[in-house]
Parts: sequence; structure tokens; C-alpha cells
Amino acid sequence: MKNLMFKSARTLAVVAGLAIAGPALAAGDAPHVDKQDWSFAGPFGQFDKAQLQRGFQVYQEVCSSCHGLNLVSFRNLAEEGGPGFSVDEVKALAAEYSIEDGPDDEGEMFEREGKPFDKFPSPFPNEQAARASNNGAYPPDLSLIAKARAVTRGFPWFVLDIATQYQENGPDYLYGLLTGYHEAPEGYEVPEGQYYNTSFISGKTLSMAPPLSDELVEYTDGSPMTTEQYARDVSAFLMWAAEPHLEARKRIGFGVMVFLILFASLLYFTKRKIWSNVDH
Amino acid sequence: MSGHSTYEPQSAPAKWLERRLPVLSLVHGSFVAFPTPKNLNYWWTFGGIAFFMLVTQLITGIVLVMHYTPNEALAFFSVEHIMRDVNYGWLIRYLHMNGASMFFIAVYIHIFRGMYYGSYKEPREIAWILGVLLFLLMMATAFMGYVLPWGQMSLWGATVITNLFSAIPIVGDSITTWLWGGFSVGNPTLNRFFSLHYLLPFVIVGVVILHIWAFHVAGNNNPVGVDPKSEKDTIPFHPYYTMKDLFAIIVFLIFFSWFAFYLPNYMGHPDNYIEANPMVTPAHIVPEWYFLPFYAILRAITFDIGPIPSKLGGVIAMFGAIAVLFVLPWLDTSKVRSARFRPVYKFFFWMFALTCVVLGWLGAMPAEQPYVALAQFFTALYFAHFLIVLPVLGLIETPRKVPDSINDAVLGKTGDAA
Repeated sequence: MKNLMFKSARTLAVVAGLAIAGPALAAGDAPHVDKQDWSFAGPFGQFDKAQLQRGFQVYQEVCSSCHGLNLVSFRNLAEEGGPGFSVDEVKALAAEYSIEDGPDDEGEMFEREGKPFDKFPSPFPNEQAARASNNGAYPPDLSLIAKARAVTRGFPWFVLDIATQYQENGPDYLYGLLTGYHEAPEGYEVPEGQYYNTSFISGKTLSMAPPLSDELVEYTDGSPMTTEQYARDVSAFLMWAAEPHLEARKRIGFGVMVFLILFASLLYFTKRKIWSNVDH
Repeated sequence: MSGHSTYEPQSAPAKWLERRLPVLSLVHGSFVAFPTPKNLNYWWTFGGIAFFMLVTQLITGIVLVMHYTPNEALAFFSVEHIMRDVNYGWLIRYLHMNGASMFFIAVYIHIFRGMYYGSYKEPREIAWILGVLLFLLMMATAFMGYVLPWGQMSLWGATVITNLFSAIPIVGDSITTWLWGGFSVGNPTLNRFFSLHYLLPFVIVGVVILHIWAFHVAGNNNPVGVDPKSEKDTIPFHPYYTMKDLFAIIVFLIFFSWFAFYLPNYMGHPDNYIEANPMVTPAHIVPEWYFLPFYAILRAITFDIGPIPSKLGGVIAMFGAIAVLFVLPWLDTSKVRSARFRPVYKFFFWMFALTCVVLGWLGAMPAEQPYVALAQFFTALYFAHFLIVLPVLGLIETPRKVPDSINDAVLGKTGDAA
């Protein structure tokens, strides 16, 4: 009986093992995305302010012509845990934008200079206008894009990720996408108005033309002006845009952990003392 | 509940209160003097941990509602407002979001503990049935809570699950329309889910009180599964188990914090950071992880069973997977409670646990081969455990010798030391 039990247990374990190994083998559809080094990864991760500023520059000069950043206000750029612009810089930046306000006392809408409390204005008045200027495609808002995209990790990675605290699938994917434009392989027909990309999550081609190229954005801090560097910087910036309190979260988390571990140790010894006169 | 109290009010206000409403002696009898088996292991702390998570969800939820707007045009942005602009809003929201998962982790361990040690057996059947009811209420609450942020998975998860009711013959479509408050998941659906998501947790609190009451009548089960015979077998709940439970709760909080602070979106789906859009269907619609085993069972029935179409069959199988838990006390024919003394049952218990894990993984896979065939195989194993293994095993298995008392087991007077 016992022998039979263990035999069937082994069979079942093998079946389960095969089942679990399945997706790793069948994961051919999902694009492969390489992990990048991010300053904000891990339990003590912090944003690199200079990188966020450069990333913002890339967003502003390149991405913002098609993509909105609806959930981010100008003032956020000067807030703790962000790119670290000064309040005056943010005021000047906001003033470069024209914001529709109103209605005024005559009932008319009017344009005024942007203020720090304004959100980034959308590049298009509505979805239809955006589609009309983008060959039918709708460039998504980028406020949450770094948390709204992730390539499935599959077994066993998704289990190991708990131990390694891997949460950077979003920026890794963005970097992969921005640097993933390649010549289509021999014989692959790229549809009109589409671009071949090896990292795109829902297909082989997408409507966005390669947005970055070397020397496209003028950096003033001496950082390399390459597609890779732009992609890395803007991905980091978008991670901040999606999770502006990431630094506070990790900082508070560390304090919480230290407290809980000390408290648990004290409780453990208290509990042992209380139980010391009971056989159990 | 108060039967065990040795409480004598000392102060004048306590005497005054006790004469009019004996709530102090009730609490004293239930959570201070309550005689508890002295051999409970750490698996027994998950009931307390689950209760702690329930309270955490209530508190964080009530605070979130102060900033949340249940409207299809505003809900998604009000959650982002909480995440960005409300002071420590991100903390409250991540605690609530991950707290739901933690609540399920604690409750799943609590349920499996009950199965391993036969805690559902006579005379604790009612406590068990109330527990299954709590599980159902939790699932309903969690499902409706997941809809509230109004992301893509919120909308489409709600669409898939509410559509299940359309499988009911004749009245199905009318019921679904009635549930939606319209002809698709929309603003009326969001509003009623919000209302019920706020209501059901208080119903859960009520049933939790009954659940505790029910097992306090018989007293706790214990790892040996033998009822306490003398005072040597028990210790008062306080300070022994208050301290043990508190220690376990804090250790569990470390685990919870690991997710809430460092992996807050690990349990979630990226698509839920995209605002709900009825015009765009996500590539894979996946429920939250704690529903995955049942989702796998739902999708496993891809064939008609006689007059029952496959969709209805799947719904029946899924609800059947929970319904079978209600009658578990009568399906298990063995008189011996604890798996410690049932070697064959112990083996099948672990097989069942493995079956649930594999079903959970299959629930996350796309509905294509070989996953569908595997889901069918493991669904069959799931039901076979309850409908074949447990009834038959109680009749043919020869249990090992059960110790005479908890104290004997603790002192190692049988072959099996505690």
C-alpha cells in the first residue's frame, strides 16, 4: 500500500512538474525583455534625480508630441522623491504651456499661462483627433504606463521574484520596446504604417515609429546622447511618473521592517517565558 | 461562551455594568479564562491572523472610501488621486490591496489546517459550515472590491463573472441584466458593487462572531484530535494564546509588509492600471490569484453533459467545488480526526493540497491545450478527493493508535510525540 502510494505520489509530482514547466517552454509568444540596472530597484532603491531630469527632457522634447501625462502636475516635478526641480524652475516650465481655462465672466473659454498646479495638457483635444493624426492608432497616456505593461514572467521566475523583490518589469519593458526596433527578418511582411519591434508585448509590429535616435536630445550634463541612454532615462522618468511615492514607500518600509523584526523578537522571548512552565 | 468565566467584578463600575449587561464576564470567559488545549501548534494561529486581516481591511477600507468616488467616469482617477495626492494614500491603498491577498492566504492556511486535523468533525460541523460561508462571503467581497478601481481587469473580470449567471436556464439572461442594472457592466453595476463591498464585511464580522461562538461551545480541536479530558490538558487562553497569537500576527505582518512596501503590485495585474474601456477586451482575462483554482474548474468543463451545456456545467462545477465543502463533515467517514494518526489520509491530504496549487496555476494559463486537459484531470482529482477518497478511506483505513489524552501525547506516551 505504502509503496503504491509513493509511486502514485511520484507520478503525480512528475505530472505537476511537467505542467508547471509547460509555460516556460510555451512562452514563445511573449517577447523576451532583458533586465536593466535601475537605481530605484531593491529595498533601498532611490531615483537618480539627474536621470529623472534627463528622462523628463526626453519626454518633453520627444514623447509629449503624441503622448499625454494626464495624471502628473507640474508641481510634482519639484516634490520630494522626484526629479528635484526647484519651485522657480517648475513655475517657469509651467508658464511655457498654454492651458485652456474658463469660462470667464462673459462665458468664454480662454487660454492662460500654465501654473504649477496644472496637469500636463494632452497633445490632442480628444481620442479621435489623436487617432486622426496617428494613422488610426491612439498613443496611450504615459502617466501609468510603467505599471500598466509587463511581460509575463513564467515559472519559476515569478516565485523567485518574491525573494529578489523584482518589480521593475515595467521600465524594463519600456526600455526593451524603445530599443527593440530592428529590421524585420527576411520574408516578414511589415504592414504599411507599422514598425517591426522585437520587444512589443502584443505583436511583432506597432504603429509607433522609432521615436529615439542618437544625438536627438541635447543633454547638458555630459551623459551619452545615445538611443540606449535616452530610453533608459525616459523609462526611469516614467517609473517615477507612475509611482511618485516610491522612495517614501521604500524608506518607510525599511523602518516598518526594523520595527516589526525587533518587536517580533521581543514577543518571541516573552512568549517563551510565559510558556516555560507548560509541557506542550 | 461565558460558561468558563471565573470573573468577579472588582471595581464599582464593573459591578454596576455586570449586573445590567454581563459583557465583561462574556469576554473574560471567551478570551481570558477560556480553557484551550495546550498543544495547539502555529497552524492554529491563522484564525487569529485572519481576524486581524479582517480588521485591517475594514479600517483601511473605511479610510479609502473617504477619498474614493464610485462613478464610471471618476473611479479610476479617484484611486490615482489617492495614490498621488492624498497624504499616505498610497500606503492605505497598497495595504488594502495587498491585505485582501493576505486575508486569503491566512484563510486558506486556516481551511487546510482544519482539513488536516479533522476540525470539521463532530461536534464542530456548524463552526465548519459557518467557516465555508465566511469563505464565500469573502470571495464575493473581494470580487466586488477588485471592480472598484475600474481598471481593465476590473471591468472585464466583472463581465466574465457576472456573465456566468446567464448560464442559468430560462431566467439566466434576466438575472444578469438585473445584476448589472443595465445591459452591460456599467455605472449602475459599479455603484451596487461599491454598496455591497461596504456592506458585506460587516456581515462577515457577524458570521465571524457566530463562527467563534460555535467552536467555543465544543472547544478548540487540537493536533492530536482528542478532546481535553482533564485540566491537565488545557491552559487558559490568556496569557498563553494571546501571546502566541500576537507573536504570529507580527511575524505575518513582516510577510505582509514585504509585499505592501516592496512588491505592492506583485499580486495585481498590470492591465488594472489601464482605465476600464468597454471597447477593448484584454488579451487574457485573469481573476485575482485567490480565485484561480475555481476559475480553472469553471473553464475545465468544455463539453456538454447530457442536457447540460458546457457553460452551465462549468458554473455548476465551480460552485460545486465550494458547495462540497459544506458537506465535508459527512463525507469524511473516519472517526479519527487528526491526520497524524491516519497515514493514508495524510498522503491524500497532501495530494489534495497539490491539486489545488496546480489548479491555481492552470487558472492563470490561457484556455488552450494542454492546459484544458490538465485542468480537467485535476478537477476530477479535486472532486474525487471529497466524493470518493474521503468516504471510502474512513471505512478501509486502519488508523494508528490514538493517545488517551492530550497530556499523554505531549509527554510522548504514544509512539507519536507532539
